[in-house]
Amino acid sequence: MTLWTPDPTFYPSPRDAAAGPAETLAYVVAFDRAAEKPDALAVLDVDPESSSYGQVIGWTDMPYTGDELHHFGWNMCSSALCPYAPHPHTERRYLVVPGLRSSRLMILDTKENPKQPPVVKVLEAEELAKRAGYSRPHTLHCGPEGIYLTCLGGANGAEGPGGVALIDHQSFEVLGRWEVDRGPQYLAYDLWWHIAQDVAVTSEWGTPSMIEDGVVGELLLGRKYGHKLHFWDLRRRKHVQEVDLGDQHQMALELRPAHDPTKSYGFVGVVVSVEDLSASVWLWHRSDSGDSWEATKVITIPAEPADASQLPPVIAPFGAVPPLVTDIDLSVDDQWLYVSCWGTGELKRYDVSDPFHPREAGSVRLGGIVGNVAHPAAPDQPLRGGPQMVEVSRDGSRVYVTNSLYGSWDDQFYPDGVGSWMAKLDSTADGFTLDSRFFPHGSETWRGLRPHQVRLQGGDASSDSYCYP
Amino acid sequence: MNLAQSLTVAGLGIFHGLNPAMGWLFAVALGLQASADPRPRRAAALRALPPIAAGHLVSVGAVAAVFAVTASAFTSRAVTIAAGAVLVGVGLWRLLSRRHFKWVGMRLTPWELGTWSFLMSSVHGAGLMLVPVLASHHASAVPQSLGWAAVATLLHTATMVLTAAIVAVVVLQVLGLGVLRKAWLNVDRIWAVALIGAGAATALTR
Repeated sequence: MTLWTPDPTFYPSPRDAAAGPAETLAYVVAFDRAAEKPDALAVLDVDPESSSYGQVIGWTDMPYTGDELHHFGWNMCSSALCPYAPHPHTERRYLVVPGLRSSRLMILDTKENPKQPPVVKVLEAEELAKRAGYSRPHTLHCGPEGIYLTCLGGANGAEGPGGVALIDHQSFEVLGRWEVDRGPQYLAYDLWWHIAQDVAVTSEWGTPSMIEDGVVGELLLGRKYGHKLHFWDLRRRKHVQEVDLGDQHQMALELRPAHDPTKSYGFVGVVVSVEDLSASVWLWHRSDSGDSWEATKVITIPAEPADASQLPPVIAPFGAVPPLVTDIDLSVDDQWLYVSCWGTGELKRYDVSDPFHPREAGSVRLGGIVGNVAHPAAPDQPLRGGPQMVEVSRDGSRVYVTNSLYGSWDDQFYPDGVGSWMAKLDSTADGFTLDSRFFPHGSETWRGLRPHQVRLQGGDASSDSYCYP
Repeated sequence: MNLAQSLTVAGLGIFHGLNPAMGWLFAVALGLQASADPRPRRAAALRALPPIAAGHLVSVGAVAAVFAVTASAFTSRAVTIAAGAVLVGVGLWRLLSRRHFKWVGMRLTPWELGTWSFLMSSVHGAGLMLVPVLASHHASAVPQSLGWAAVATLLHTATMVLTAAIVAVVVLQVLGLGVLRKAWLNVDRIWAVALIGAGAATALTR
């Protein structure tokens, strides 16, 4: 559909986005670990004035089973206002939902029935393999050429290289492989960019066999998981530079570039150091001369000692709980960085106004391998899992978290069951606290599925990029 | 060129200059990217306009030249009908197509910026919109006809770039980019209709 005026959810600048109206719906993908029931999209009421606030008010079942829904995103976003390829009259209305295990892509239309958006198209794994040479679609971003979809595996059983497939943002055809020259890049995970500087950045996790049955101890101790950032010429689709964080820093995952298009820095979270089980957050930035990229460790979160009897077998020999930073999120005004520690069960907030010197400015404990910290809304109920996927509202005052990481990894670190819950925090300059009215949890609420990524109606901190400061 | 023709050619230049997709928005973005201070911002935005104007000029000029030569070679009746059909066809294509122009970079050399502008103008059929005016003029030979087309192209491009410069400065210094969210009408559709109208007008001349 084409509109007469720009889609009202497109904002030229981060400042305009932060000033937009608050979201009233949140979309959350949830999957069935047993792959017996279909995975589903849950729709949550996040309007505090509403009587069903904090409840799941709609479901859309996927047409198949065993997809393992994980990350997802919008067909269009504020990048449609970019001056070099403007198409602001196309709508942000479809959710593109990849199955990480099945390699299928489901397209859901949120326009007519936003509380139960129907599946309007399914792209089969064969299509992605044939046209782009990839499998295991992971993360997607709406950008100038369409939808950029990072994929962890190669086609037809090949382990790699993983990379980026381009998808048309209206017809949802697979347009092909994005990379023209991938240089030394082999592992894939996330992709994002400095959109007004023609720079793309990708990060590394592992190939399908390295992750699908859980973390492989020998590979981890052998430092075989990803630990590099790759910088690309977004325009020419060429690899420009590789930045190695050091092979002790295993799994460099979520990329959060500054939303201000004139800034040339961003944050990446590292899950674990094999030297001391700590987790870290790194800042990438241009070198002093401006002609190359560097990365500097700006946050280190140490492991917490624990009795081996309290630990699952995968970490029992170490006598400590690794924080496991599995997601980070940067507020739209680039001031606050949220860091989830899925192992210790903590969500940390940092003031990153000076990106080189983050200052811790709040922490909330919830769940955790040892802590099992309960939510204030259900204080008698020990929680497993921890804050994992983080999503921040456009205005920065609301932060949503879910507790599942990835099926087989959940089972390793939380062998007694990871549970299913979602929580919301209120974040202001002075405070960072859990909202006791918002705690959808339990098997009944979530139909036995595990919730993963959250997307907010009209966009959120990790979905849009802006071409104007 | 009589007064009506001049006004039409100049007016179409203003119309093209107002379209964010034809260049002023790119100039504003480059200005904003260049600096946080108003003065260098404005300077950077205005520096982007000559290449943008050059690209538009070449695109429009090419169409005008082709039309001028063809019109001198064939009977005017056949040419106007054919040109009208082409315009209506392009207009319908613009109206119905879901394909977008995609150029993926923002850090461009002046040459690349000119090329971007040329492609943008061409894909949108900017030059075609001048065809009805060109068709309304009768020249006796190719050189005169080409000269007339050149004058029309220059006048058109001048008003286009002047409009773009004014809009860019006003948006940068007065309105702010918030204006994009409300005032950016779907010009593609208006263009499509304009092209179809121009086609009909051309085919019906004389």
